[in-house]
Amino acid sequence: MLRRIRTILAAVFFVLITLLFLDFTGTLHHWLSWMAKIQFLPAVMALNMVVVVALIVLTLVFGRIYCSIICPLGVFQDILARFHRKKNKYSYSKEVRWLRYPMLVVFVIAGVAGIGSLFQLLAPYSSYGRIATMIFQPLWKMGNNLLATVAEHYESYAFYSVDTWMRSLPVFIIAAVTLVVLFVLAWRGGRTYCNTICPVGTILSFFARFSWLKIHFDEDKCKNCSLCSKNCKAACIDYKTHSVDYSRCVVCGNCIDSCKFGALKYKAGNPLPKGKVKDSVDASKRSFLLASALISTAALAQKKEKLMDGGLADIEDKVAPERQTPLAPPGSLSFQNLATRCTGCQLCVSECPNQVLRPSSDLMHLMQPTMSYEHGYCRPECTRCSEVCPAGAIKEIDQDEKTSIQIGHAVWIKKNCVVLTDEVECGNCARHCPSGAIEMVPLDENDEESPMVPAINEAACIGCGACEYVCPSRPFSAIYVEGHEVHKNI
Amino acid sequence: MEKKNISRRSFLKLFGAGSVATAATLVGCKGGNKASSQAAEEYKNQVEPPVGKMTYRENPKTKEKVSILGYGMMRLPSKVDNGDEFDQDMINKQIDYAIEHGMNYFDTSPVYCQGKSERCTGIALHRHKRSEYFVATKLSNFNRDYWAFDKAKEMYHNSLKELQVDYLDYYLLHAIGGSMEEFNGRYVDNGMMDYLLKEREAGRIRNLGFSFHGKQEVFDEVIALHDKYHWDFVQIELNYLDWDFANEISNNNVDASYLYAELQKRGIPAVIMEPLLGGRLANLPQYLASELKSHAPERSVASWAFRYAGTPEGVLCVLSGMTYMEHLKDNLLSYCPLVPLTEDEMHYLDKEIAQKIVGLENIPCNDCKYCMPCPYGIDIPAIFVHYNKCKNEGSLPMGIGDREYRKHRRQYLISLDRVVPRKRQPDHCIGCHQCEPHCPQNIRITRELHKISDMIEQLKRDPEGTGSAR
Repeated sequence: MLRRIRTILAAVFFVLITLLFLDFTGTLHHWLSWMAKIQFLPAVMALNMVVVVALIVLTLVFGRIYCSIICPLGVFQDILARFHRKKNKYSYSKEVRWLRYPMLVVFVIAGVAGIGSLFQLLAPYSSYGRIATMIFQPLWKMGNNLLATVAEHYESYAFYSVDTWMRSLPVFIIAAVTLVVLFVLAWRGGRTYCNTICPVGTILSFFARFSWLKIHFDEDKCKNCSLCSKNCKAACIDYKTHSVDYSRCVVCGNCIDSCKFGALKYKAGNPLPKGKVKDSVDASKRSFLLASALISTAALAQKKEKLMDGGLADIEDKVAPERQTPLAPPGSLSFQNLATRCTGCQLCVSECPNQVLRPSSDLMHLMQPTMSYEHGYCRPECTRCSEVCPAGAIKEIDQDEKTSIQIGHAVWIKKNCVVLTDEVECGNCARHCPSGAIEMVPLDENDEESPMVPAINEAACIGCGACEYVCPSRPFSAIYVEGHEVHKNI
Repeated sequence: MEKKNISRRSFLKLFGAGSVATAATLVGCKGGNKASSQAAEEYKNQVEPPVGKMTYRENPKTKEKVSILGYGMMRLPSKVDNGDEFDQDMINKQIDYAIEHGMNYFDTSPVYCQGKSERCTGIALHRHKRSEYFVATKLSNFNRDYWAFDKAKEMYHNSLKELQVDYLDYYLLHAIGGSMEEFNGRYVDNGMMDYLLKEREAGRIRNLGFSFHGKQEVFDEVIALHDKYHWDFVQIELNYLDWDFANEISNNNVDASYLYAELQKRGIPAVIMEPLLGGRLANLPQYLASELKSHAPERSVASWAFRYAGTPEGVLCVLSGMTYMEHLKDNLLSYCPLVPLTEDEMHYLDKEIAQKIVGLENIPCNDCKYCMPCPYGIDIPAIFVHYNKCKNEGSLPMGIGDREYRKHRRQYLISLDRVVPRKRQPDHCIGCHQCEPHCPQNIRITRELHKISDMIEQLKRDPEGTGSAR
């Protein structure tokens, strides 16, 4: 019974949160973004005390059902373990203390010291988010594009094609390696990851020891058949001593189902009181670093002229400029705030419809989101990343607020501008600026006939990148957005 | 790949013919042989043009018989598996079919199809006897580098080479009408005109003329040069929309009725281009298409435009850029033989129907691709064709008051993404105006693109159609 309820709930939670990551249409997050917000670490980072306290109370009552139902990485491991078809495949093993607690210490230190990438690497929900965003979503999109091709054939608008591109190779590799490691661990030992590596599992284990409801042995009924141990994916039941390691038990109920003699019960009480309490980890500030120098851009001076009719001119792909200060999405308040709170779950990246957000490739912030404008720009009507962020790294904003949040400012690179390189009229940046911050002015103020070039009013610019995206200069835009460390309201 | 296709096609043909024959025999056994073969014949007649029924017009100078339908080589078919290459096998096949059905006029230019049209035409025509066809090409020296005598002369000789011929039947000064300064620069001041007149005397150019798009004063001045140059023919745009409304649609254009009358006055034969306005007169909104269909249910919508263009007696030849076999067959059905329209029918088209088409306020783009390639990669004709299509289907989102705004918005944005990649869409038009002098319809391309770009921006910002977008 316990097992069945747990399986159904876990399936529902898992499917919904996965859909939240897969959906690119912007419809599901209205209904499902709460699923990300009840995850433990994001709630801690968001200082969402209601959720944190609720999860601790939940654990104090039921044990670590969080790991069995709510955590997508936990459920994902159960799914992976199912590929191993052998029955009675597990056995009791001792708690791996030498790895488990040092991992937690490393995690806490990484958090405090601001080693963001290590912190995010260990965070379980973020690990799943990376796998879902970097591996599952592209597959999902390809499936969608196939349907879109079919739909186009039938003149239907039910499906439309979306771009898939490699947002970040390092993060893709991390996600792939995580997937492989998880698969191996789940195949061999069920929840090894949760009970030796996962910091959230270890934190919750401190509370689970004292939970009100627990698995109990009825020693009179037990025939020492070992089936419970062999079916315990947490490897925490020792049938010989009739003991259960509650710090590792994820309350899956498999042991109860497997026992033929009804010797195991899930009930109130505390047969083996022991253990110690430790506070949950504070959200701490993490430092950040600035890096890198501006890439020098080479403009090709050449007026393009046509000779024949028809055909399409080649369009070179744009290259992302190396920004002195990275861009953080509106709502993130500052680069510091984003760096501090973001758990690297990639939900914002998978949500972004304009292909602006992608995981940073900066080592210190490896999996945290950053923005760039080669494939699109941060459109005025879109606030989706701010609506889904579970960790408070991107605070919720509405469309009106967004129009006045300055995340950076545009910079003109004269030698790339087509007005000068191709000797043509342009002004596309000014035409598309949603803030009206760009005006075309004569290059030579004394000569009204001189070419018109963009003049940027930095105070009015919000850094949305419309100018950078539509700039015809390729591969290096002649106008680009430099980030601001702290966002301002203008 | 291509061969395979052809063999499959011929297999299907055989198979089809075989099954028809079998069906005929089977039915025949029951005693209805004659009736069933007649039925099969009727099916065939509806879609297969007859051989030997082509209408011809006489060239008053050479007395040669020119088929009323001419093949325009501006919209050649691309390969199915590679849109960047032209399908020479298909071109050969279609030209063979055209000649077999009595067509003998083929019109090309050095700039058509990214400069590949003449070569493709030459390859296809060279497989036929030189006496079986007339070939027309043009001095398309638009680029200022080609205003120089040597470059222009080289262009002319290169045409002879590409077409694999030692004389040209019809040679045109290409797209006159922008300004007299341009006309003089391209042909008179550099001595090219004198050179071409000598070539005509020498018989290497059998007929010399010009094609016209543009301003009336330029036409008047150039046609006045008839006394000096003796234009053997002139190529003009004529169709039931341009007959009376060309000037209303764009005040830089001249009504076809005026142009035709001026040519008639001087006895100069007219070659007709854009009889179908790049397919626009075949792709009418459903209610107009139904209206035409109700007058002649057995004939295609396009057939009206072709019969209209062919009816005036002073028309030597009507050009059509038939990309697909079905276009070719349909046009042949209209002209084998041509049944001229009555005066009432002519007026019904150029007054009533034309008035309704003007009311659609389409962008008058005929997808000729003269504006292309845009140096900044915009797919100009695809954007305009898509816009007109949505407009004519009534699926253009209209903002406040449009009950189906959400559906139309979604359709417009998705379908545009399907036909034009994002980076070739109108928001990337920088407004350099380089395309505009090339447009024979004098469309203010930049303005139209920016209008569409603004509309798309509005659609993106306002998903609900509340007009609330900032």
